[in-house]
Amino acid sequence: MKVSELIKLTEGRIAAGNPEEQINIERAFSSDLMSDVLTLDDHHIVLITGLANVQLIRTVEMADVPVVLLCRNKPATPEMVNLANEIGIVLVETHFSIFRASGVLYQNGLKPLY
Amino acid sequence: MAEILEFHIKGGDFNLAGKASSKIKKKLIQLGVETSTIKRIVVATYEAELNVVAHAREGKLTAIFEPDSIRIIIADSGPGIEDIDLAMEAGFSTATKKVREMGFGAGMGLPNIRKNTDELEIESKVGVGTRLEMIIYY
Repeated sequence: MKVSELIKLTEGRIAAGNPEEQINIERAFSSDLMSDVLTLDDHHIVLITGLANVQLIRTVEMADVPVVLLCRNKPATPEMVNLANEIGIVLVETHFSIFRASGVLYQNGLKPLY
Repeated sequence: MAEILEFHIKGGDFNLAGKASSKIKKKLIQLGVETSTIKRIVVATYEAELNVVAHAREGKLTAIFEPDSIRIIIADSGPGIEDIDLAMEAGFSTATKKVREMGFGAGMGLPNIRKNTDELEIESKVGVGTRLEMIIYY
């Protein structure tokens, strides 16, 4: 799934990065627990989360997660946006809940990690 | 000769946590190390960096880039670890509420460092500090 499709399906808006980024997202992981994100072995995933702080961006940088979906209108702070742009991470905001975003993306072909 | 990078880590400052790991990642990319190996290195380093920020007053991180491996030493002044075997168990944590609210402190850090490193040594003295030395081969 391309970033542009993910944005469309979740009625999202781009907060950092390029919406036309040609990453092919295959799988998704929903979590607010960054410790858990640091144990993932897979790449090319989208992290669906409700946690909006700078450490979220640092965590996905280390875990090689290219796309993050921030749920429930949690706004990305300017520090998060700057860091995401610097590292090259696509950050998308949506008004959907984590449950709804996960359901919609699953229904449209994204696979779970476990 | 091995190249060495050194970083100072300030305890309690979560906004800066990860800066050292990020610089090490950039260096490893420059060196052309394989992506999955870079991930193992930076995840282990970041977990260790977070431990210093979450628990200690301050720490020093030294990364030594050898031709076939990286050696990372993280030494802090802080409370130390009372029982290292217990701290290595998944789920054991002494993290504060603040640390947990940030998405960490689930007792997964040290087990994750062990998982991602080829060699790991931990020395700790209660009331003095903790020293981690880890090696990951490319």
